[in-house]
Amino acid sequence: MTDPIPPVGERPPLLNMSHVEKTFAGDVVALRDMNLSVQEGDFISLLGPSGCGKSTALRLISDLMHPTAGTIRWVGGQQGADDLGVVFQEPTLMPWATVAQNVWLPFRLQGKTYAAVKDDILEALKLVGLERFQTSYPRELSGGMKMRVSIARAMVTKPRLILMDEPFAALDEITRFKLNNDLLELKSKIGCTVIFVTHSVFESVFLSDRIVVMAARPGRVIRELTVDAPYPRSEEFRTSAEYAAFCRQASDALHEAMELAA
Amino acid sequence: MTLADNAPPARPLVDEEEAARLRTARIHRIAKWTLPSLVMVLTILAWHLYVTIGEVPHYILPGPVLVAQKMVEDWSLLWPAMLVTGRLTLFALLMAVAGGVALAVAFTQSKWAEMSFFPYAVILQVTPVIAIAPLLQIYVESAFVAALLCAWIVAFFPILSNTTIGLKSADHNLGDLFTIYGATRWQRLRFLAAPSALPFFLGGLKIAGGLALIGAVVAEFVIGRAGTGLGLASTLLEASYRFNFGRLYAALILISLMGIVIFAIMSLISHLSLRKWHESAIKREG
Repeated sequence: MTDPIPPVGERPPLLNMSHVEKTFAGDVVALRDMNLSVQEGDFISLLGPSGCGKSTALRLISDLMHPTAGTIRWVGGQQGADDLGVVFQEPTLMPWATVAQNVWLPFRLQGKTYAAVKDDILEALKLVGLERFQTSYPRELSGGMKMRVSIARAMVTKPRLILMDEPFAALDEITRFKLNNDLLELKSKIGCTVIFVTHSVFESVFLSDRIVVMAARPGRVIRELTVDAPYPRSEEFRTSAEYAAFCRQASDALHEAMELAA
Repeated sequence: MTLADNAPPARPLVDEEEAARLRTARIHRIAKWTLPSLVMVLTILAWHLYVTIGEVPHYILPGPVLVAQKMVEDWSLLWPAMLVTGRLTLFALLMAVAGGVALAVAFTQSKWAEMSFFPYAVILQVTPVIAIAPLLQIYVESAFVAALLCAWIVAFFPILSNTTIGLKSADHNLGDLFTIYGATRWQRLRFLAAPSALPFFLGGLKIAGGLALIGAVVAEFVIGRAGTGLGLASTLLEASYRFNFGRLYAALILISLMGIVIFAIMSLISHLSLRKWHESAIKREG
């Protein structure tokens, strides 16, 4: 375990979004006036209905798109290829490459040979519990295992920020719970910052310490909640009264978001 | 009540259903080879009987015995002819692969290039090659080069069009990931577009192999007599002028055999390159 993380709001800043807007062709406002200060060690969930701009926000942060107005600033300089890890809703693996070669990808694109980063790849695979599957091809793995490979690939470079776009939405509930637990354990081990997009209230409460609730048409932030429950969170947390209370709060905020859009 | 009363019923050692399934699979494996062979033997037999009993003159339909005889007798003529046709086909196919892949890469690297030239690639493809061949004969001095061009035109399009689609078929999220990790153009082509295109390219190659042979045959029909050295198709044409139908059939059989060999080689290449990861090459259980 790394050093205990300071409470929410007292952590060193990592990334600032200020007054960020994105308008698509045809004057569709995907995101309006989004302000978010991401701090080191945060586990932030973007929670909201479809069309609320949560995926747009991720694409803006990962620099795949540029804001129509407003700024996104990394504290301590421009984002490099090493700063970011991404996990999509699909595992998004290369079917022609083995598990280890897939995890090698971020390094490979930096021009690093396999031999040079072999230990990092092995460590990442060990962290997601797949060290025995290095030479397997993605098609030989289950949906949950593929997602683990995807997570290993996202964190193999030890990025400052990991973006996850509904990574577990397509998995069955048992696998999903298991991966939720594993993700928290992983995060505590490598001490990274996570922005996690989801439309599940329960998932967002279980995982995160900050929940940003968003509404659609136009996509915007309507509320930010703090889940003030200590990590590590175990299975018991899922059934605790505390958890239920937080879920209630998040759920109410989500309802509000739905009504605003209606 | 004794313990024995509670013992589970004796378990059969093999599952009947599974055993039956394995039996059927085994029979299918054998039948896959024996049945077509049997059909061929029966067809040849029927052919032979029809020719002998019906007393069909050999210049209308030569019997299988005569064809076999001609095949042996004229081997010294047929074998070099096969080499000529084979060389033409192979060169045309290699050029089609080189040209088709290069053009496909150019098209995917530059939208402008694709917009400007793709329609002409289509025009080249839809114009019947047999109509262009006589022109090639006029404009191109070397008959071999003219024949090669003729076969190339037919063979290159499936490679171009399949590879172009393949290069564009890469997973969009993977493409985003490459962008996030700052991949160069070359890395994107090498590590993402090329492997994504491979199954498509190999599908195009299978078609192109057969088309290269067809192109070679057409070229020989139209151009070949002008002194390129005698290929199988020219031999066939000449045999028909001389009413030497035994030789004609022998040449025809060899052409068809070449087609089969080309297809088999392309299928093997495809299988070997894809067997580890692509759905098309993976055998499923059950």
